[in-house]
Amino acid sequence: MEIYLPIAGMPVNIFVVFAMGLAVGFISGMFGIGGGFLMTPLLIFLGIGPAVAVATVSSHIAASSFSGVVTYWRRRALDLQLAAMLLLGGFVGTTAGVWLFTYLRTLGQLDLTISLSYVILLGSVGGLMVAEAVRAILRSRSGKPVELRRGGSHTWFHGLPLKLRFKQSRIYVSTIPVWTIGFLMGFIGAIMGIGGGFLLVPMLIYFLRVPTNVVIGTSMLLTLVTMATATILHSITNHLVDAILALILMIGGVMGAQFGARAGQRMRGERLRLLLGVLVLAVGVRFFVDLVLPPEDPYSIRMLEGPQ
Amino acid sequence: MRSAALTIAMAALALAAAPAAAAERLVSSLSSHVIRITPNFVGTQLVLFGIVERDGTSPQRHGSYDIVATVKGPPETLVVRRKERIVGIWVNADSRTFVQVPSYLATLSNRPIESIVSLDLARRLQLGARRTLLPQQIGPDTADVVRDDPFRNSFLRLKEARRLYVEQKDAVTFLTPILYSATIPVPAGVPTGTYNIELKLFADGALITSGTEAFDIAKFGFEEFVAESAVEHGALYGFATVMMAMLTGWLASVMFRRD
Repeated sequence: MEIYLPIAGMPVNIFVVFAMGLAVGFISGMFGIGGGFLMTPLLIFLGIGPAVAVATVSSHIAASSFSGVVTYWRRRALDLQLAAMLLLGGFVGTTAGVWLFTYLRTLGQLDLTISLSYVILLGSVGGLMVAEAVRAILRSRSGKPVELRRGGSHTWFHGLPLKLRFKQSRIYVSTIPVWTIGFLMGFIGAIMGIGGGFLLVPMLIYFLRVPTNVVIGTSMLLTLVTMATATILHSITNHLVDAILALILMIGGVMGAQFGARAGQRMRGERLRLLLGVLVLAVGVRFFVDLVLPPEDPYSIRMLEGPQ
Repeated sequence: MRSAALTIAMAALALAAAPAAAAERLVSSLSSHVIRITPNFVGTQLVLFGIVERDGTSPQRHGSYDIVATVKGPPETLVVRRKERIVGIWVNADSRTFVQVPSYLATLSNRPIESIVSLDLARRLQLGARRTLLPQQIGPDTADVVRDDPFRNSFLRLKEARRLYVEQKDAVTFLTPILYSATIPVPAGVPTGTYNIELKLFADGALITSGTEAFDIAKFGFEEFVAESAVEHGALYGFATVMMAMLTGWLASVMFRRD
């Protein structure tokens, strides 16, 4: 069944889009991430313009992360104070990201920026995740005890000023790295159409030493607010959010996430991380191949002004 | 008052039509004057039909009539970009801006244009996308370029690939020597706005008369509402989308609640 998308200006098969939402939702539920890094490329592959895809996916991620936030809120497994501090940076980052998005679009280099960011970010993060997971699996195979990081170990930024105590997370850190992480998340989220959960969770654990029981809930709360902000800002500046497309994706996404979450609980932690790493790496490689191989058609067309 | 104005208008029309009375006149209409884009819109077609009206004074023609219909969508300005390889990756490098060119252009005829008129006349009347003036931005001016310019050719090719520029040499059919109909293809991705049709009647390779028609393509109902609010009330639209997202997320967490 075909349905006409009013903003994308093209008909799509409603079941194909729903299935995409379901599949990405399954993966996002399984790994506790938003899944934007998969959804945006899939939409572009379907023929939807990269700008519309990025803007629309932000609302889709808002839906799936809200579903998660409700669940973690009930368990009191999120740090509101930390989320608020991250958000201060996040707001600035999202605004800067949407501004750059609009600017690059007028230059005609938005598609290239999206592709390059995917290659660099997903390639490096995916590679690190795979390497880390493989080491962990080998270590458990050989029966050596798992190295635990010492709880009180300090890094250079623990010496930074403006320290604050986060009660729920039981950490005492400078707000500068917290704001920086928030800014980065908002910035790349607005430009790449990803929530950044797969980046934020490791950053919170490794850099800020946030305990694992509150990390996912807090990350989802941050994702929710930055993606909601991105949706509104993209709507105001570029009018590119397709609400119909978003709704179909959301319904598929939130349903898939529930099944994914159950599947994820049955898997071992390092296996799960390896799988996610491979997935992230594969998307990065795919974008890299597209950039390097000669394009099928070097010419492209974009409307500057005219009818909708 | 109104009827007086009408009489004057009709008299003016009669006067204007008077010199043409010697030749034929094109009378036409459309199967529909409005195309509505609804959620299940996947493209459609319009039928244009009419007759070649002759009167006693019309000269005798040796051959049969030929009709070329040119359908133009609302004008748009767009940029064509070319990717080039820079340090190993493919980047949009050179570009050309096409100013106020038809967003949709269909050239429909009853046989190939080359066999209806001389190439010279076809070029003068701009029959067919390749012979249509496509002004490009060149510095502060606009001008069309040589016919085999790679950007111009790629523009035409990309438009044709989206079926927005079409040339059909069998779209017009004569049911009788003077009764004709034409099918106008309307693909799924058409822009909205007013479409103008210019009909040209030929006999023995010469232009005899022309006529015009017009129709509108508009987003309708829910589609219109969504598209309009997205542009006109961006903030509200974004806010409503976020609300919809939160509602969907909340419903899911309630429906699938396990504790």
